[in-house]
Amino acid sequence: MASEGAGYLGGGGGPNGLSSWIFSTDHKRIGILYLVSILSFFVVGVSLGFLMRLELISHGPTIMEASTYNSVFTLHGVVMLFLFIIPATPSIFGNFFLPIMIGANDVSFPKLNLLSWWFYMAGAALALATLALGPADTGWTFYAPYSLRTGTYVSLAVFAVFVLGLSSILTGINFVTTVHRLRAPGMGFWRMPLFVWAVYATAWIQIVATPILGVNLLLVIAERVFGIGVFDPAKGGDPILYQHLFWIYSHPAVYIMILPGMGIISEIIPVFARKVIFGYRAIAYSSLGIAGVGSLVWGHHMFVSGSSYTAGVIFSFFTFLVAIPSAIKVFNWVGTLYKGSIWLGTPFFFALAFIFLFSIGGLTGLILGALSVNVHLHDTYFVVSHFHYIKFGGAGFAFFAGLHYWLPKMTGRMYNARVANWSCLILFIGFNTLFFPMLLLGIEGMPRRYFDYLPQYSTLQIVSIVGSWVLVAGLIIMFANLLRGAFRGARTTENPWGGATLEWKIPSPPGRENFEKIPEVTKGPYDFRGLR
Amino acid sequence: MGRAVTVLGHNTDSAFLVIAGVCVMLFLAIIGLTAYFVFRYRRSNGEIPEDIHGNALLETVWTVLPIFIVLYMFYYGWLGYDARRKAPEGALTVRAFAQMWAWSFEYENGVTSDRLVAPVGRPVKVALNSRDLIHSLYVPAFRMKQDAVPGLERTVWFTAEKTGEYDLFCTEYCGTGHSQMLSKAVVMEEAEFAAWLSGAPEAKAALATPSAGPSGAELFKSKGCVACHTTDGRPLVGPTLKGIFGKKVRVSTNGKEREVTIDEDYIRRSELEPASDVVVGFPPVMPPQKGVLKEEEIEALIEYIKSLK
Repeated sequence: MASEGAGYLGGGGGPNGLSSWIFSTDHKRIGILYLVSILSFFVVGVSLGFLMRLELISHGPTIMEASTYNSVFTLHGVVMLFLFIIPATPSIFGNFFLPIMIGANDVSFPKLNLLSWWFYMAGAALALATLALGPADTGWTFYAPYSLRTGTYVSLAVFAVFVLGLSSILTGINFVTTVHRLRAPGMGFWRMPLFVWAVYATAWIQIVATPILGVNLLLVIAERVFGIGVFDPAKGGDPILYQHLFWIYSHPAVYIMILPGMGIISEIIPVFARKVIFGYRAIAYSSLGIAGVGSLVWGHHMFVSGSSYTAGVIFSFFTFLVAIPSAIKVFNWVGTLYKGSIWLGTPFFFALAFIFLFSIGGLTGLILGALSVNVHLHDTYFVVSHFHYIKFGGAGFAFFAGLHYWLPKMTGRMYNARVANWSCLILFIGFNTLFFPMLLLGIEGMPRRYFDYLPQYSTLQIVSIVGSWVLVAGLIIMFANLLRGAFRGARTTENPWGGATLEWKIPSPPGRENFEKIPEVTKGPYDFRGLR
Repeated sequence: MGRAVTVLGHNTDSAFLVIAGVCVMLFLAIIGLTAYFVFRYRRSNGEIPEDIHGNALLETVWTVLPIFIVLYMFYYGWLGYDARRKAPEGALTVRAFAQMWAWSFEYENGVTSDRLVAPVGRPVKVALNSRDLIHSLYVPAFRMKQDAVPGLERTVWFTAEKTGEYDLFCTEYCGTGHSQMLSKAVVMEEAEFAAWLSGAPEAKAALATPSAGPSGAELFKSKGCVACHTTDGRPLVGPTLKGIFGKKVRVSTNGKEREVTIDEDYIRRSELEPASDVVVGFPPVMPPQKGVLKEEEIEALIEYIKSLK
């Protein structure tokens, strides 16, 4: 990436050794550190998922034993959730672009920002150490009492997640403070880009919800090491309490994953429609609405766990309500397209794929939220499919859209657009071939986390496995094209998409200081007059 | 989806069809409109963009209308749930016990079975317990699912409308043998059920009636041993049991390695307190069967293992 005059990327006589990166307090360099490390772990997560699917191609052990399979799906979940999708968009694009988009030269606490990355790497190292020692086989949910009894390295895996949680909290604190304290003159809250709004709402969830997970995880460790008996029914503990404490964090965590992605989509759609976003305030408020109501729905993971009838009814009610702010966003995105002048660029294709896949994810969530239907579908492949449509089809595709939208700004070079469009199509086909059959498998009653299955599920399983191959092919093409673009692509201009937010007013790649002089903001983020 | 064969299952299915139907319509509307706009207002069409900041009426409509739609869905889902709350008076009660990785169902007269056997057309109440971890009882054709939580008895009920054999799964992940924790729900005519329950010899021989004395081979399957042990020489999570009787193995006892000869006492100890002697090279993960296996079952299993040459 580096060459002479490559701005913050170094070169041209500036410091550019390893230590100038891993000890840098520049939010842009930290963003790149996250980019490289998070994508590396994504490759690990994809490989594990690919092997899991492949194992199911025939009955009985094909490439691994049941106990290995159980560890593989546990690690796939831990890596994908805690090392990839939770930090991906906030830590990479939030770090890189949030300060620039509000006209600041850095985040409020640059050293804390670097510490967050180090915590992230420490947590990742611990999580991957279990891979060598004896990976946990509890599922990423670490449900008690199984997680208290199994002989694998659960405490270490749980501690890894605890450390990753610390990283997440620190990042959240940094972003909230930055948004409140460092906005440029004229950058009122109602002039902030919607990506900033989304990351801001996310940061609040990170601060409020993550400590509960931390407490819960420490209790699991205390229970395993000292046998304190909070969760273990054999010692008078309550395993349902574990599930409550776990989902009080982990359901809002779903919104930590999806909200920043929605922010990316809210940036891309107006830029490619060449017009102001429809219902700016509605989209901004809906981010806060999701953050608020989203913390009251955790019980919908527990309708059949033995919690009370009344609790089930209340949690189902809130689950349906949380659909409203998400729906508002989708309607406003579609409304933005009306009477636009739509440019079919690569980031826009990914945004369209996002709308398609996220809609399926959201609507299948309504089916799962209905009490009597949930009884049938809970813990089946339907749930697996639903959350992959949300987390991968939604948050993942939004992240890919962000990569194609912002990487030219981060590296100063453009990828091959034709190859990128093809990779988007292949990913889209692969994704649906992989996950749509799972909806049908779930309706037919196939339980999740099964190492083996009854013969009536074979056909759909095979279709889904073939889909995983197409998806992996699409990922390889996409990343190869992006990597080539980052290092060898043609030089790009300051504003290749004609965006109106502040990051498009500074060079590509940005200089060491974002702004030589802090800008004075005089118009909204989607005002394209003079840019068309 | 295959048709539900219980009354409550029909509630679930109609709620599913209504909600899924509305969802498909919403999906088609969103995607159809998006596709139309992308096509109609494409740049190459020479469109001039028009800045529209929003529309208060439209925002209100697409906020309030979906609220009514989702509340309707919520209500529909609730109806079917409410009916599950309490079993009808006079329902037949079966106590179910989940353990790693097998099911057992106990009837009021003391008969136990590894299958959930029920008469057609009569409400059956299942009181669900677990002997170790959280498991979950799931019969897809009944649209019935409930977690079995240790120390917390929960009941579910169903009235089956059609005779037949239906798959029964564990749907709460419970370790190595989770996907082997399968059984059947068997629905019989009332007379046939009565005969089966009384252990009468005219009851179908294919259905294991433990009162008649199960064979070791059946127990080996029904108690979930097959999840970790083979009888053909391949090691799985645990050692194979083929030809082990009389052999010498190295085991770890309280952290110290020693050599033992596999005899009846050793097999008995390994079933009841598997952690006391763990064969070197295998993880100490076997769930203890103390209080789970009956004396005659232990003996049947020992005879079966002795017979595996």
